[in-house]
Order: sequence, then C-alpha cells, then structure tokens
Amino acid sequence: MSIEPSVRVEDKLFYNRYLVDAGRAHIKVRPHTTPSPELLSMLKACPARCYELNDKGQVEITVDGCIECGTCRVICEGSGDIEWSYPRGGYGVLFKFG
Amino acid sequence: MIEEKFDAIVVGAGMAGNAAALTLAQRGLKVLQLERGEYSGSKNVQGAILYADMLEKLIPDFREDAPLERHLVEQRFWMMDDRSHTGLHYRSDDFNEEKPNRYTIIRAQFDKWFSQKVREAGATVLCETTVTELAQDAYGKVIGVRTDRADGEIHADVVILAEGVNGLLGTRAGLRERPKPDKVALAVKEMHFLPRETIEARFNLRGDEGMVIEAAGTISRGMTGMGFIYANKECISLGIGCLVADFQRTGETPYGLLDRFKRHPSVAPLIEGSEVKEYAAHLIPEGGFKAIPQLYGEGWVVVGDAAQLNNAIHREGSNLAMTSGRIAAEAIFQVKSRKDPMTAENLSLYKKMLDESFVIKDLKKYKDMPALMHTQSQNFFLTYPELVSKAMQNFLRVDGTPKVEKEKTTFKSFIKARSWSGLFGDAFRLARAWR
Ligand SMILES: Cc1cc2nc3c(=O)[nH]c(=O)nc-3n(C[C@H](O)[C@H](O)[C@H](O)COP(=O)(O)OP(=O)(O)OC[C@H]3O[C@@H](n4cnc5c(N)ncnc54)[C@H](O)[C@@H]3O)c2cc1C
Ligand code: SF4
Repeated sequence: MSIEPSVRVEDKLFYNRYLVDAGRAHIKVRPHTTPSPELLSMLKACPARCYELNDKGQVEITVDGCIECGTCRVICEGSGDIEWSYPRGGYGVLFKFG
Repeated sequence: MIEEKFDAIVVGAGMAGNAAALTLAQRGLKVLQLERGEYSGSKNVQGAILYADMLEKLIPDFREDAPLERHLVEQRFWMMDDRSHTGLHYRSDDFNEEKPNRYTIIRAQFDKWFSQKVREAGATVLCETTVTELAQDAYGKVIGVRTDRADGEIHADVVILAEGVNGLLGTRAGLRERPKPDKVALAVKEMHFLPRETIEARFNLRGDEGMVIEAAGTISRGMTGMGFIYANKECISLGIGCLVADFQRTGETPYGLLDRFKRHPSVAPLIEGSEVKEYAAHLIPEGGFKAIPQLYGEGWVVVGDAAQLNNAIHREGSNLAMTSGRIAAEAIFQVKSRKDPMTAENLSLYKKMLDESFVIKDLKKYKDMPALMHTQSQNFFLTYPELVSKAMQNFLRVDGTPKVEKEKTTFKSFIKARSWSGLFGDAFRLARAWR
C-alpha cells in the first residue's frame, strides 16, 4: 500500500484569482445544533474545502475560496441546510484559463 | 433602470448564450446579453475540445482569428488500474487537414473572443451583472429580468436562459427542478504549464498537432467518473470528474482524487516539472435525454447546460450548447418575423427544430446509458479495469507458463469476479443501451 500524502487545497486555491465581496457571503449555512448528513458530506465534497466543522460540531462556511461550482447547492439546498446564490456581478473567482 | 425594451435578453455569455446572442444580432434583433463574470469566460470551465462544425455554422471563418490551441490528430482511451493502463489509441494523418474537425481550446480565452464577435454583430453585452430573478407578469409570463445592478426590471419580448448547468434562475422561477446529485458530475481540473517543445516531445506531436487522453477505471475509486489529459500549446489541461451523488456516498474528496490521478505511474511522467497556474471546478450535466426539462414557455426558452443538453458518453457539451443556442435564436427570429407574440405555443418551434437536430437525436440514442453506468459503477469502473489489466499482464509476461494455462487463468478470473450471468448481463445491457 502506498501512503497517501495529504492534499492541501489551500495551496491549490492560491493559484486562483478572486475578487472577494467582503461582508457579503453568497452562500449561507442555516444555523443548526446538529448538522444533517447532507451538510456533513460537504466537509469532503466541496472542491475548495469551504465547509468546516467548528468546535461545537456545527458546520460553518467561509466562501472566500469558493469556485462557484454549485455542488453544495445540489446536495444541500433541497434539505434547506443552505441558501445559495452567485456572488454579485464581477465578484468571486476569476478564471484566467477555465 | 434600463428603460429600453429589448427584442430578447440572453442570460449568460457561455457557449450557448454567445451562440444565441450572435445569431439574433446577426438577424438584426435588438439583443441585451447579461453575464455575471468580469468578462465572458471568466466563470467558465471546460476540458476543452472544440468541435469545429458547430462553430463554423455561426462563424464560418473562425480559424482566422479564434484563439485555438491544437488541432487533434490523436485520441487515446485508457482503462486504468492502480499501476497500469490498457490503451486504445487512434491517430491519423487525415486529421492534419486544411480545416481540422476538433481543436483544444482554453475556455476563458475562447469565450472572450466569441463575445467580441457578439458585440461586433451589434448586441449589447453587459458583464459584471448577475441576473437575480426573472420578471413575470400576473399570469406567469416571463417579461424580463431583475439584476443586482440597477433597481427595477429590464424588459424584453423573450428571455433566453443560457445560464449554465446550475440553472439557478429557472429553478427559482419554478420552470424546472434543481439538478439532482445523481444527474450531475463534479469535475476538478488543473492547468499545467510546460515548454512547448516538452509537450510536443512527451506526446509525440509536431507543430500545432494535438492529442487528448480520456481515462477511466480505478482512478475514480468505484465511482462513475472519467479523467482527462488534453494537450494545449504550452500547457496541459488535466482533470477528473465523478457523479456528485458518488462523492456524497463515498466521502472521497475531489482534490484527493485529482492528486491520485496525477501521481498515477502512467500520468506522472507526462506532467513532471510542470508549473500549475489554476485550479478549477465545475459541474457537468450527466442525466442525458431523460433529464431534459421543459425547454420553452411563455416568454422564455432554455438552452445549453441549463437544459442539461450534454452527451456524457462522447464528452460533448459545448457543441450541443452552441447548437441549441443557435436553433433557439433561429426559432425566435421566425416567430418575430411573422410578428407573432412569444407565447409558449409559438416558441414550441424551438423544441421542434431541436428534436430534428443531432442534439436530441444523439441524446435519445444513449437514453439508457446514464442509468446503466450509475447503477453498475463498481463493475465498470473497478472490477473490469482490474481484470483487463491482469489479463494484459498475463498475456505479455513471458515466464514459462504454457499459453493454454495463461488463457484459462484469465478466463477464470473474469468468471470468478462477475459470474457467467453477470458477464453476459453486463454485455447485453451495455449493447442495448448503446444501440
Ligand atoms: C471539466 C469539463 C470538461 C468539459 N469538456 C468538454 C469538452 O471537451 N468538449 C465539450 O464540448 N464540452 C465539454 N464540457 C461541457 C461544456 O463545458 C459545457 O457543455 C458548455 O460550457 C455549456 O455551455 P453553456 O453556455 O450552456 O454554459 P456555460 O458555458 O457554463 O455558460 C453559462 C454562463 O452563464 C453565466 N451565468 C450563469 N448564471 C448567471 C446569472 N444569474 N446572471 C448572469 N450570468 C449568469 C455564467 O457566468 C456563464 O458565463 C466540459 C465541461 C467541464 C466542466
Ligand atoms: S459552490 Fe462549490 S466551491 Fe463553492 S462552497 Fe459550494 S461546493 Fe464549495
């Protein structure tokens, strides 16, 4: 068995350009005490690792590195766990290559 | 508020939106196109293979100034297990033709060029503007859009929704459902830069010749998915995508999958020493024919990825997007020329024309493939690739074992893994879905 080196998403996001809309998060997690299975799956499924567990075991989001793929919307919007929008025009990720 | 009323508003400046806006503007309609990105392309992600035929129908002389990377002369299909790949390669000098059929492109750059053509044709293109909602009258007819810019609404006779796979506006207005986790794939992708000569030497290319690799097997860890490696002039697009439902079920991470793919012994030497300049992620519609939603209604039509028009088997999407955008625009032009209103009944012409095109015909042909691939993912993406690798190795390794015995071993390993009925069942189901 080969050993899996851990992948640092932060290093990957560092390549990208963003225009962060400070104070206006385009995705919001509904306040909760215990996260739903859908919300918990985002800890792994988000390609930018925007979702994290806080020390109370609740799921939080930091949208600064979001690449606007929509995966969390597909998984979590239906169950009401999150509110999902695009960033305001011109803000968010700016792909040079795509 | 923009007081003017437009003949048509196009939401989105991707492949579908640009094709639609260009076609309408070329026919003299007053078009407003809205795009949330800084420029057309700044939000868009693709492999990317461009199919010339569909672009030629819009811009016949595109080869003169479009930012094309390489024309494809070779296609490689790889079936991978953890340490090997079994390949099927097709290369032909016939592809070195005057007007090549397929090119690699870089979407952000290509879309910028495409958007310039839309402007030159006379459309008004407004970037950095997110459309937040469709404006509807008391009867539910779409009469325009609301944006995050100006207060109030912008009005038009018809709205073309070219908003891509997420299709937020359509869902918000109740025109169609949100894509389901088992009907969309999440792809992650990196751009690896290398000197031009290095790319040409590693991939056996001369001049502007290009090649692409499509890979499936244990790289997706039992999930329904594919990897890809596309050669551009001075960079390599490398990525992997799997069904969102599979990510949700397995707890695999997209970036973990990507890094494993990069470290695979067949892949690592191809990108050795490269400089990564971007990491992107995007969804791809995978539901096929059965996932196509309502395509038109009172005052609106939907085109491209937003309508889930994507052929996952052949990895075609942008050409379906361009074609549906063009056909929708042609239908709208016909309705407009007759001075008829943009009612659902009149706009049904778009669906009629689309049904007659390759877009719907191809998707119909493969209507059963998505379900087959999704329910049998363990077999198609784990078991078979491993069996094929073992069989190949058994065939090639010269170790004094008589060939008859070698063949028996291979045969037995297939039966053991899938049983007779399993093997025949899979072959039968695959043949039927392919038909
Ligand atoms: C990794 C990957 C590889 C692929 N490889 C290939 C390939 O090799 N060949 C191929 O043919 N296809 C490929 N595809 C599929 C192809 O990219 C899509 O089918 C195609 O881009 C769809 O075009 P579209 O115009 O419908 O959507 P998009 O290109 O996604 O464009 C949608 C546009 O709408 C804008 N928008 C969305 N919502 C709003 C809003 N509310 N307000 C304003 N603007 C908005 C977006 O910013 C975007 O510019 C690939 C896709 C991926 C993800
Ligand atoms: S949209 Fe994609 S990148 Fe952004 S938070 Fe959701 S899953 Fe993560």
